[in-house]
Amino acid sequence: MKSATEVLSIDHLTVALSGRTVLRDVSFSLSPGEFCALIGTNGSGKTTLLKTILGLVRPQSGTIRIATAADRDAASRIGYVPQKISLDPSLPLRARDVVSLGMDGGRLGLPLPSRERRERVDRMLDAVGATGFAERRVGDLSGGQQQRVLIAHALIRRPSLLLLDEPLANLDIRSVAEIVVLLRRLATEYDTAILLSAHDMNPLLPVMDRIVYLANCCAAAGKPEEVVRTEVLSRLYGYHIDVVRVHGRVVVIAAGAPDEIHAAIAKDPIHTAEIP
Amino acid sequence: MFAAFMTHTWIAGTLVAMVAGVVGFFVVIRRAAFAAHVLPLGAFPGAAAANLLGVNELFGLVAFAGLGVLGIGQLERWGRREVATALWLAASLALGTLFLSMTRQYSQQVYALLFGEVLGISEAAVVSVAILSVLAIAAMAILFRPLLLDSLSPELCQAAGASSRRMEIAFLGVLAISTAMVLPVVGALMVFSLMVGPASCARALTDEPRSAVLLSVGLSLATVWSAIALSYLSNWPVGFFVGTLGALSYTAGRIYRRFAHPSAALPGRETP
Repeated sequence: MKSATEVLSIDHLTVALSGRTVLRDVSFSLSPGEFCALIGTNGSGKTTLLKTILGLVRPQSGTIRIATAADRDAASRIGYVPQKISLDPSLPLRARDVVSLGMDGGRLGLPLPSRERRERVDRMLDAVGATGFAERRVGDLSGGQQQRVLIAHALIRRPSLLLLDEPLANLDIRSVAEIVVLLRRLATEYDTAILLSAHDMNPLLPVMDRIVYLANCCAAAGKPEEVVRTEVLSRLYGYHIDVVRVHGRVVVIAAGAPDEIHAAIAKDPIHTAEIP
Repeated sequence: MFAAFMTHTWIAGTLVAMVAGVVGFFVVIRRAAFAAHVLPLGAFPGAAAANLLGVNELFGLVAFAGLGVLGIGQLERWGRREVATALWLAASLALGTLFLSMTRQYSQQVYALLFGEVLGISEAAVVSVAILSVLAIAAMAILFRPLLLDSLSPELCQAAGASSRRMEIAFLGVLAISTAMVLPVVGALMVFSLMVGPASCARALTDEPRSAVLLSVGLSLATVWSAIALSYLSNWPVGFFVGTLGALSYTAGRIYRRFAHPSAALPGRETP
């Protein structure tokens, strides 16, 4: 179901980092305004996939196509919120300055302060609910507030695609909920496709349109109800796992694990000696 | 103090202070204080070598500061930045020792290179300092936004299409030029304190980057002007006053921040 309206389409993507294959034959696509969760454990290749889309990592094979709507600037087609960056509290930089740097931070020369520029930053700060702390030093803000500022930084150029690397890590439960709802609203308002990586899919279940599940260097992609199923994920992991739903939450259980631990204990000389 | 023979001193001092204020802002926010300490000391053998060859000291300083940037940049690829910087310091001091043993210069001149000399600055020296100042400040204005973004987060800088590594090298290049021009005036040992003292105080006083740069320049000018005046009146070396005033402004900034933003003053999270 490929169409010209897709913002991102990835075909048979294989990525290797220093000789080791990290992603193998990954394919999926995103439409404008879609919210997609990129789920996988630590080291499953989530960050590598995002960096490959950004063009910072060169793929071994496969293609990545990013379409830009006619009314948008081609150079600003991707917005990016990197993995938990610690913002230095000694940096003399207000939340407003960080958002302003999102507009043209990579360009040389000094920008002239203009009313239009200021109003654009004001609107963006308002859109992410950061007006209240716009004048405060960014390093002094809480984790949730910093995430809002970084999202505004990434969105101010109205990209067609927004990539967020583990934006919910290290946030308290309330901030997680607020950021998730904010992102859902922004995806619709800005008609921007969102690809957000996380190791836990539960906070995203109510808002995501699609899911890309990474394990074993491979990806299962599609609608959540198509992907988060025992048989699909078992095939992906290469051994039997169970998808269990408890009170609206999803738990993925690697059923083989206790057996493998027992087997390992049996092989271990010290443990074998202690077992009567 | 304002006699004709002091004119060059005041002009050179003012230019040096402006450059140190602007470049120092980035030294502080990029946590490059160690590099700002090592580059001038590493440039010092350049002046000794220039003396040996009988060429203008400034050429030797620029050449060795430039070599320092390339050397540290290259060593950094193989290991950690502090180690790379320290290695460069050790190697260049060794070279400096050798060159000094070979020259028959008066120790007075060596002393001036280390601790600064405000008197007897020639008109030619003022002209070269002026040219380098314009270059350094123009470069900082051009690099301002990507450098600021890179100081916030190298990943954001890369995502905005500016190479983080190129930013680092460009910045060290400007630091090398500034070092070479500041060094003969305030001395190799004091370049660091003039770059770090006023800028770190300014960073504590304001939250807005442009005001911080302007404030840093203002404090740097105040430091250099007072140092020249005090040195003239007391006959003590100018470097002593630059160092002391630099340390004082840094302390003042820390104290202000501690009282104005008590919650934000987390010990150990601020850079020197």
